[in-house]
Amino acid sequence: MTDPRSLSPPSLETHVAVRDDTFLDTNELVINMGPQHPATHGVLRVILTELNRIASHQLWLGTHALDIGAITPLFYTFRDREEILKIYEKYCGARLTTHAFRIGGLQYETYNGFEKEVKNFLNFFRPKIGEYEELLTTNRIWLERTRNVGKISGEDCIALGVTGPVLRASGVKWDIRKAQPYANYKNFDFEIPTGQNGDTYDRYLVRMEEMRQSVRIIEQAVDAIPEGPIMAKVPKVMKPAVGEVYHSIEAPKGELGYFIVSDGSTQPYRVRVRPPSFVNLQALDLMCRGQLVADVIAVIGTLDIVLGEVDR
Amino acid sequence: MTEFMRYISGYLTSDKTPGGAGNMFWACVYILLVFAGVSVGVICMNWLERKILAHMQVRLGPMRVGPHGLLQPFADALKLLLKEDIIPAEADLVIFWSAPFIVDLAAFTVFVVVPFGPTHAITDMNIGILFMLGVSSLSVLGIVMAGWASNSHYPLIGALRSSAQMVSYEVAMGLSVVSAILMTSMNDTGTGTLSMIGIVQQQLIQKEWFIFKFFPLGLIAFFIFAVAMVAETNRAPFDLAEAESELTAGFHTEYSGFRWSLFFLAEYGAMMAVSSIAVTLWLGGWLRPFPNLLAGTTWDQIFSYFPGVAFLLLGAICFYNVARMPKHPYFRIQTIGLAVFGVVLALVGLVLFIPAVSVRIQDIFWFSAKVAAFMYLYIWYRGTFPRYRFDQLMRMGWKVLLPLGLGVLILTAGVGLLQIRS
Repeated sequence: MTDPRSLSPPSLETHVAVRDDTFLDTNELVINMGPQHPATHGVLRVILTELNRIASHQLWLGTHALDIGAITPLFYTFRDREEILKIYEKYCGARLTTHAFRIGGLQYETYNGFEKEVKNFLNFFRPKIGEYEELLTTNRIWLERTRNVGKISGEDCIALGVTGPVLRASGVKWDIRKAQPYANYKNFDFEIPTGQNGDTYDRYLVRMEEMRQSVRIIEQAVDAIPEGPIMAKVPKVMKPAVGEVYHSIEAPKGELGYFIVSDGSTQPYRVRVRPPSFVNLQALDLMCRGQLVADVIAVIGTLDIVLGEVDR
Repeated sequence: MTEFMRYISGYLTSDKTPGGAGNMFWACVYILLVFAGVSVGVICMNWLERKILAHMQVRLGPMRVGPHGLLQPFADALKLLLKEDIIPAEADLVIFWSAPFIVDLAAFTVFVVVPFGPTHAITDMNIGILFMLGVSSLSVLGIVMAGWASNSHYPLIGALRSSAQMVSYEVAMGLSVVSAILMTSMNDTGTGTLSMIGIVQQQLIQKEWFIFKFFPLGLIAFFIFAVAMVAETNRAPFDLAEAESELTAGFHTEYSGFRWSLFFLAEYGAMMAVSSIAVTLWLGGWLRPFPNLLAGTTWDQIFSYFPGVAFLLLGAICFYNVARMPKHPYFRIQTIGLAVFGVVLALVGLVLFIPAVSVRIQDIFWFSAKVAAFMYLYIWYRGTFPRYRFDQLMRMGWKVLLPLGLGVLILTAGVGLLQIRS
């Protein structure tokens, strides 16, 4: 089996965990490991990926606000993001290039006090979202800089393949966590926030609400971690059936999909990654039409792209 | 020689400013004092801005150079002086060279008429406020020159932006200033004044700071000025000229080392200059709080303790932090340094309790305290607000502040006229 990390696009952020996640999901479908998954694995995966979503949105908020000229939110978000990174570091040893998901389950058991620390983080973080919003949501300058800036309609989003919060802010209620539930998402109760105008301000609101929903999901998941093994029995050599499969998940930035063609050997015949940033960036042209140069900065920020993922 | 001594000592009994008394020697001394004072103010602001902004942003700010980073401004100044002086090959040498000096000149010349006290001004022109507005708008020239001479895209766009911005906000600023000047004529003789000292004295005579005059007209005029002065000095949230996500550093992108520090000096000098205009026009200049409500020698006595108490408090804060310093030997020098700093502050505070000193220093203290409050506002804005877009900035200037200023001006004139008639 090829190391999935060598296939994933160069990453600047904490999305390796999610990326591994998808790639392995896809592999599991090809070799049909699905039913053998231990239950613990699904719940822990939800906790880890939702923490990742919060961390990603925090990074987005800080840099987006910084681009528009508000310097303070960056420090607030980085202060709180640190707490997530600490949990990650304790769990798998890495802060940035996290990877815990393996074919058949998770590599690491949770450490002692994992649940408590996650709960502490939730209690710590819940008021912080309000703190971010206090600085921006009703700020006149923020409203003027983001309202009616970089508008895009739901139809255009679908036509361009734009996914994630950008799509949802345009009023399309599409979230793979609900539409094609993976891991354990179908067991948890959460909402999909949507916007109406599809402008930068709506995308901001959607992401803020997504952070709240992530907190809600983690809250439920932490209480529901089942006892049991984290890893299924996985054969040393796997020979998947001949065929092809596409599987995608809802990454913080949008749909992240892996397409794998198997020729029945131990190595995939072809692997293709569908990254959210690369596809979402296509909308930049449409969103910037008729806008001012200063708005391009706001629009790039609101698309929440990682250029390492785009440039490949 | 004795004649010269008499010339010098002759002023001491005068109740005019050195410029007004025509005493060149004391005028030069005052100029040096004001220049040094403003420079020290800029140095303090450098440290304070970094520290206050850092604490707003859950950071520590400078902590390494000296105790709590107190020596950081000096380290920075030294670094800037020692840095290689780069002039771009394509730049227009003469203009590039002279631009920072023009900006500095504009920022510092304004302080010629700033009244730190009834006699504590270099001179008291009868057109003081006009002189101030006129000279402070000269800095646009320097900025355009800097942007043009750099012969580069970002500086040029930044210079155009900031000049357009400064020119547009000057209109609204001027209107609000005019309404304050109208208020000065609300006395028995019905004559107003443009003199900076005269404006403050009028606030004393009329027993009202102009910010509360014709409530809420004075307040609105002050608000217009307070917004316009932030735009005028190109500070957040109107710092489009140096929006780093769009224009790198604006008009001073190509400047480095000492030349850049001159721009820095001018920026903070201009901030203090416009703050002092605001303080003079609306907040009673050098007057202590409640000069009429809490009048009488007892209150005078109580308020004369304020400068000393303020410095003692600063000294106490230093000692509190000395106590909090880590006990590791590594921090010994820093701890001693902070203690020495605290002792100096406390000694200054004690000296300020001497009646002869406190009487002379009071006006300057209250004036500086009010200006300092404005400087804190500047930092607060920077920590809180996102940046305006250029069209929004222009709309704000021309479509909101200008009509508002005109309305306030007309209303002030009307209300004033009615009151004088009655």
